Amino acid sequence: MSAIIIFIQQAVGQAVAILFGASGEILIERSGNLNLGIPGVMYMGGISGLMGAFFYENSTENPVPFVGFLVSVMAALIASAIGGLIYSFLTISLRVNQNVVGLSLTTFGVGFGNFFGGSISKLAGGVGQISVKSTASAYTATIPGLSKVPVIGEIFFHYGVMTYVSVIAALILSWFMFHTRTGLNLRAVGESPATADAAGISVMKYKYVATVVGSMISGLGGLYFVMEYLGGTWTNNGFGDRGWLAVALVILALWKPVNAIWGSFLFGALYILYIYVPGLSRGQQELCKMLPYVVTIIVLIITSFRNKLENQPPAGLGQAYFRENR
Amino acid sequence: MNETSVKQPLFRMIKRDDVTKSQAMCVRLIAVLLSLIVCAAIITGITGESPVNVYLGIINGAFGNPNRIWVTIRETAVLLLIAVGLTPAFRMKFWNIGAEGQILMGGLVSAAWMIYGAEKMPNGILLVFIIISSAAAGMIWGVVPAVFKAYMNTNETLFTLMLNYVAMQIINYAIVFWEKPAGSNTVGIINSASKAGWFPKLLGGTYGLNVLLVLIVTILVTIYMRRSRQGFELSVVGESSRTAEYVKIDVKRVIIRTMMISGAICGLAGAVIVSGSSHTISTSTAGGRGFTAIVVAWMSQFNPIAMLVVSAFFVFMQQGAIQIATQFGLNENASDIITGIILFFMIGAEYFVQYKFRFGRKKEA
Repeated sequence: MSAIIIFIQQAVGQAVAILFGASGEILIERSGNLNLGIPGVMYMGGISGLMGAFFYENSTENPVPFVGFLVSVMAALIASAIGGLIYSFLTISLRVNQNVVGLSLTTFGVGFGNFFGGSISKLAGGVGQISVKSTASAYTATIPGLSKVPVIGEIFFHYGVMTYVSVIAALILSWFMFHTRTGLNLRAVGESPATADAAGISVMKYKYVATVVGSMISGLGGLYFVMEYLGGTWTNNGFGDRGWLAVALVILALWKPVNAIWGSFLFGALYILYIYVPGLSRGQQELCKMLPYVVTIIVLIITSFRNKLENQPPAGLGQAYFRENR
Repeated sequence: MNETSVKQPLFRMIKRDDVTKSQAMCVRLIAVLLSLIVCAAIITGITGESPVNVYLGIINGAFGNPNRIWVTIRETAVLLLIAVGLTPAFRMKFWNIGAEGQILMGGLVSAAWMIYGAEKMPNGILLVFIIISSAAAGMIWGVVPAVFKAYMNTNETLFTLMLNYVAMQIINYAIVFWEKPAGSNTVGIINSASKAGWFPKLLGGTYGLNVLLVLIVTILVTIYMRRSRQGFELSVVGESSRTAEYVKIDVKRVIIRTMMISGAICGLAGAVIVSGSSHTISTSTAGGRGFTAIVVAWMSQFNPIAMLVVSAFFVFMQQGAIQIATQFGLNENASDIITGIILFFMIGAEYFVQYKFRFGRKKEA
């Protein structure tokens, strides 16, 4: 029983970063932008949050965890918004190919994260390993009484605040996309920008806002990983391929944020399954780690095969929109 | 920036009707210069060194001694080969972002031949096997998404992307069996004593055969794209698959055939990396080159000479960045930031090749 509880807790721990990334990417893709820069944006969000907290803690004698929390969230949001803006400017205003821009942004973002992660302490005057214990404590704090309740408390209330934020964000996004006028307009922009334009919707504005806000949400995934999962430290490439998993999860979720909630949990579980399946050899463990990607490929094939209209990617995905080119 | 407001636009963008090649090159050169200035400013801001020193460091890193020059040539050749491999697929508007995976599979097969085939046959025959089977491995990895694209219209961008990570895990699986010394989780240099399966020295340099192979493939692909019926067919499919169907081109067949070629060349690049330079295999064997090559191919507009120049420039900056990182005590990821910034500028430049500014209100362009 306790092994199962620990497995669930670990799976949730893996899921949160992926869920943030996927929620943001769904919002972006709904506006018709296939942002392959999300892995880079998540790196940028993570390292910027860490740097924000680091400089805050170094600047005061007695850092207040809550202030550190706010500083790091703001830093992460700003950095990932900048990432989103670079992408938006190049793809929406300059109408450059989205795949090319996205991959470049990922190269840049991962380099940005590893560069500052590796050299921040040196640049700040050689304080050694970066550690923001005080701020991290705000992230890892759980609800005092509830988290100790056997089973239910351990499964549902054992996490830091970002875990709940990720689920709430996905729910809000889902409500926004499918139950508001603006959400309908956004989906129209993603499906057929020309039609949306003709209906008087500002395609440019929707694409810009969706991409920047989506990037900010994704960036929180990087922040969660650095602050709560790693406890306020940085290891180069420690974030690994989770950014790509987030992009994969968008497919599994069929472009619906609600599906991303259970989908992220599934991915998280598959990601660490190899530790918990008894009697696996090392080689079999490596094959087991392949599962999230194989599952995504299967879902991708099935959705294209089933051909159900509401489960398809947005029709305008990946296309630049230029009014005069219609 | 150029968001056109409805009332009174400050400036408007106008499509250029005719862009001469020299104009286009001029715009791109300005972009490169701007990106170099921005990079220098950032490096100077972080390290406090003068920008001149930084750029001397970059040049030193790329061309400082014969060994470095050979490494620069080797890396340029590999990047060019991958970009050339991606060209037929991109011409067809098939977004193969799975070059990483195709390279890894090619590299995996080469490593397997080096490990299991050594001392069982002469080196020449072993090399032939390595080259053919690595191309076959890359081809298989490339053709699977193509078949699904052709018959079910499965999104190839996401499919090929996912296959990269499947390939990575297969490499990790193989490393478990090949690791040397045991427990290190790395394969180490394969056949470091016998050099079986290593590319031999050619044209007076260690990497002569790499360069020769890449040149042959580049020329063949250029001829294929420009002079052959198949090359023409795939560009028709790229322009409009409906037009292609109308003129009785078998679109499914073209998609599958083109991705077989594209995947095979990327697989071959895996052999060039593993047998021709690193002599080992790991998940970072492809090292992001599959992604960089996409940008190279796209930015060069599939012109082989331009691809060579762009590849050389990227490698130059990366090798240089490694040097300045050690020289000024930064970490080596500085090169990714620099590459990223240059990419943004050069990508942005493509827009200004096609459009021009016009200030003030409506006048005739």
